[in-house]
Amino acid sequence: MSILNSKIPEGPLAEKWSRHKAAIKVVSPANKRKLDVIVVGTGLAGGSAAASLAELGYNVHAFCYQDSPRRAHSIAAQGGINAAKNYQNDNDSIYRLFYDTIKGGDYRAREANVYRLAEVSPNIIDQCVAQGVPFGREYGGTLANRSFGGVLVSRTFYARGQTGQQLLLGCYAAMNRQIAKGSIKMYTRHEMLDIVKIDGKARGIIARDMTTGEIKRFGGHAVVIASGGYGNVFFLSTNAMGCNGSASWVAYKRGAYFGNPCFVQIHPTCIPVHGDQQSKLTLMSESLRNDGRVWTPKKKEDAVKLQKGEIGPNDIADEDRDFYLERRYPSYGNLVPRDVASRAAKERCDAGFGVNNTGKAVFLDFKYAIQRLGEDVIKARYGNLFQMYEKITDVDPYKEPMMIYPAIHYSMGGTWVDYNLMTTVPGLYSIGEANFSDHGANRLGASALMQGLADGYFVLPYTIGDYLADEIMTPKVDTNAPEFEAVEKEVVGRLEKLFNIKGKNSVDHFHKQLGHIMWDKVGMSRNEQGLKEAIEEIKALRAEFWKDVFIPGEMNTLNPELEKAARVADFLELGELMARDALDRNESCGGHYREESTTEEGEAKRDDENFVYVSAWEYKGDDQEPTLHKEDLIFENVKLVQRSYK
Amino acid sequence: MADVILKKIYVKVWRQSSPSDKGRFETYEVENVSQGSSFLEMMDILNEKLVGEGKEPIAFDHDCREGICGMCSLYINGRPHGPDTEITTCQLHMRKFSEGETITVEPWRAGAFPVIKDLIVDRDAFEKILQSGGFVSVNTGGVPDGNAIPVSYEDAEEAMDAAACIGCGACVSACKNSSAMLFVSAKVSHLAKLPQGRVEAKKRARNMVAKMDELGFGGCTNTGACEVECPKAISISNIARLNREYLLAKISE
Ligand SMILES: Cc1cc2nc3c(=O)[nH]c(=O)nc-3n(C[C@H](O)[C@H](O)[C@H](O)COP(=O)(O)OP(=O)(O)OC[C@H]3O[C@@H](n4cnc5c(N)ncnc54)[C@H](O)[C@@H]3O)c2cc1C
Ligand code: SF4
Ligand code: FES
Repeated sequence: MSILNSKIPEGPLAEKWSRHKAAIKVVSPANKRKLDVIVVGTGLAGGSAAASLAELGYNVHAFCYQDSPRRAHSIAAQGGINAAKNYQNDNDSIYRLFYDTIKGGDYRAREANVYRLAEVSPNIIDQCVAQGVPFGREYGGTLANRSFGGVLVSRTFYARGQTGQQLLLGCYAAMNRQIAKGSIKMYTRHEMLDIVKIDGKARGIIARDMTTGEIKRFGGHAVVIASGGYGNVFFLSTNAMGCNGSASWVAYKRGAYFGNPCFVQIHPTCIPVHGDQQSKLTLMSESLRNDGRVWTPKKKEDAVKLQKGEIGPNDIADEDRDFYLERRYPSYGNLVPRDVASRAAKERCDAGFGVNNTGKAVFLDFKYAIQRLGEDVIKARYGNLFQMYEKITDVDPYKEPMMIYPAIHYSMGGTWVDYNLMTTVPGLYSIGEANFSDHGANRLGASALMQGLADGYFVLPYTIGDYLADEIMTPKVDTNAPEFEAVEKEVVGRLEKLFNIKGKNSVDHFHKQLGHIMWDKVGMSRNEQGLKEAIEEIKALRAEFWKDVFIPGEMNTLNPELEKAARVADFLELGELMARDALDRNESCGGHYREESTTEEGEAKRDDENFVYVSAWEYKGDDQEPTLHKEDLIFENVKLVQRSYK
Repeated sequence: MADVILKKIYVKVWRQSSPSDKGRFETYEVENVSQGSSFLEMMDILNEKLVGEGKEPIAFDHDCREGICGMCSLYINGRPHGPDTEITTCQLHMRKFSEGETITVEPWRAGAFPVIKDLIVDRDAFEKILQSGGFVSVNTGGVPDGNAIPVSYEDAEEAMDAAACIGCGACVSACKNSSAMLFVSAKVSHLAKLPQGRVEAKKRARNMVAKMDELGFGGCTNTGACEVECPKAISISNIARLNREYLLAKISE
């Protein structure tokens, strides 16, 4: 039924990767020197891939939109990175990490990919230590671990609250070494705008030099997309301002199928929206739920008074507080997984019990932990986070509860790839958050960093060889080829078209409206009617955008409004595909909650009869409906069970 | 808990259309800014207004907006990252400003950081310094187990203190000599504190200092201005460590 070939190797789960490595082709050192690889994005995934490929001898051309690879959004990851080291002797193993990830993803990921991820995870830690990543240590000098949401073992490695930063600085340093040697040519402030195919294979990209506005052509024997996630389709998210879906979107338009676009993760503990002037949302670490108790007022009149600022949280007596997570989920309490905690907060706020002047926030209270453990202990655990919270909100969380609300955080969906991380376009790869591969319908904390580095250090450098071994006779790609000419023309045409609209409204005006539609109808809770409305509303908004957007300045200089416009134009298409995918998937699983598929108590209900597949969408043209292909997921090792946190 | 609204403030901002343009200050009015908004959200409002008037918005660097990527880089009322301590421009909130105030906004000013446009500067010099030695020379694969070499808790913590540098360049912009010593010393110290980085410590110090000098950053005269403005509280004791490493390297030459 499916034309998708996931290329999962034969054999027992634990041997698949070794067997595959033994079977795939290898390129000789002399031939590697003749091959060019383009890497779009230099976060953890792209940075580690670029460095590793260059060390192997390939000529790497790497691109990022910031002024340095060190600024990719991976830098913002706080909590940590998982690895099945079993350093704590707590019976962790590759199998356990694999199992936790499959289960955490609500059984919507491939067994073989996830097992490989768990298998290479220990190597990542060794690599990072060797690079000089200053992981937290025990007094005896060994590496420290912490535990992280939803698992029973302690396998998360961390560098204070800046794990992503330190891991990224590690692979950035590895890149710098190769840049100095000339094996990586780094293009900062360059944005990829399109992909060029010759005879069906990816052969290069068109990029815009963001400083000069110049449109440039780059050729390569393979192209790797490592451009991160698309959470910013919601306008407000915990992603950086520049995070975008455009590289994945052009890949889609050039023939790469898009996998599970509706799977996005909503993080329960973010600082709430303060008003219309808000530009992005700040994540407060998940670890806070270890000691904070979540509540809203029991009485609606108290909530109203709080919203009006007539009373403060401390005026509400303990017996008038509804610790709704502890009430609904007695066994997990405040530590239920991200999706469950997020929906429960929304439920309270929608029912009118929300706090803050917007009514869209709940309390996270440390009073009880301070009573139990003392302020010093809490300060030692969360001092930095408390300080950051106070800087942003002007409220002292030692004295008053924090206010939190869910926000868009991560995209599990992304470009569909096979076991080799190749998309449906030969020679086009996708790694890191940009692909759909390992997290199913929900990602566990501390697993994105692991996946990005697994892909870049230990998977792609092997699997790309299998393809490139057949390319050694292909000469340097000629960027004067008519295919480059044609795509460049299209890119310029599109930018000119955008530029020449000269309408009345700014890019942000449209982006915010799209964000509202997405959050209301394709957000935390979805239903058929809302999704159908969303599709129509997005279409209408897109039409208006192309009639009425205004881009000031000039095209051939540094122009942030033009950059934003091109990204938002893509979001206006991607948002629609997300809604379509959510409409197709009439089940609740992981971060995707369909109101039609719930238990009597309103909990998410998966439908394993009908939806044990990856949806892979094929682009058919701007005015055509995309085609849905289904990759059936086959579970040979794990038994599917409903998640319960009661 | 609604925030106070600033009805009107004035923003006196550096406008420069290109590297070759001479540049000048222009003053704009901004109305109805919530004190709960961040400084960059105030800049967004101003830019929306400019776009609405058909004018070109003010270009400034930013990305994560949570104080970690090091992209934001504004010199506000005479201070890099503005009037607060241990934060970046993107973490600065409008509570620090009052009704009717004129806020002056400039780019980093340093010879080694030429202006590209308005408030955006070219910090490529930092990249070049790191490329000259800010790494441990290991390839992917073939490394020992993570626990093979113990690292004391204290050393790991000290390395982390130095590794917290976000490469923003505030130290250079705060320094009257435009010295990059705080930045360079942070990188050198981070790696010198760990056994993995020790192996190449001398060579690293020598190469990075040579590159820094070559790129036109000024010398360090120990004024300490960098430490005061560093958003990540990188200590100038790192500069002393760098000097030691550098001296050792020179002696052993
Ligand atoms: C606040 C926050 C906290 C997090 N904490 C954790 C955590 O504790 N543990 C964990 O495991 N995960 C965490 N995550 C998730 C994790 O950080 C990301 O999923 C991961 O870092 C993504 O890495 P990446 O390399 O795929 O993409 P990114 O790091 O986003 O890199 C994308 C790269 O692509 C480039 N790029 C994008 N588009 C283009 C284009 N068109 N042209 C050229 N270049 C382009 C960018 O310049 C950048 O270099 C967190 C995420 C957030 C937002
Ligand atoms: S030392 Fe401080 S001020 Fe200088 S670049 Fe690093 S973080 Fe910025
Ligand atoms: S925008 Fe990232 S540190 Fe300010």
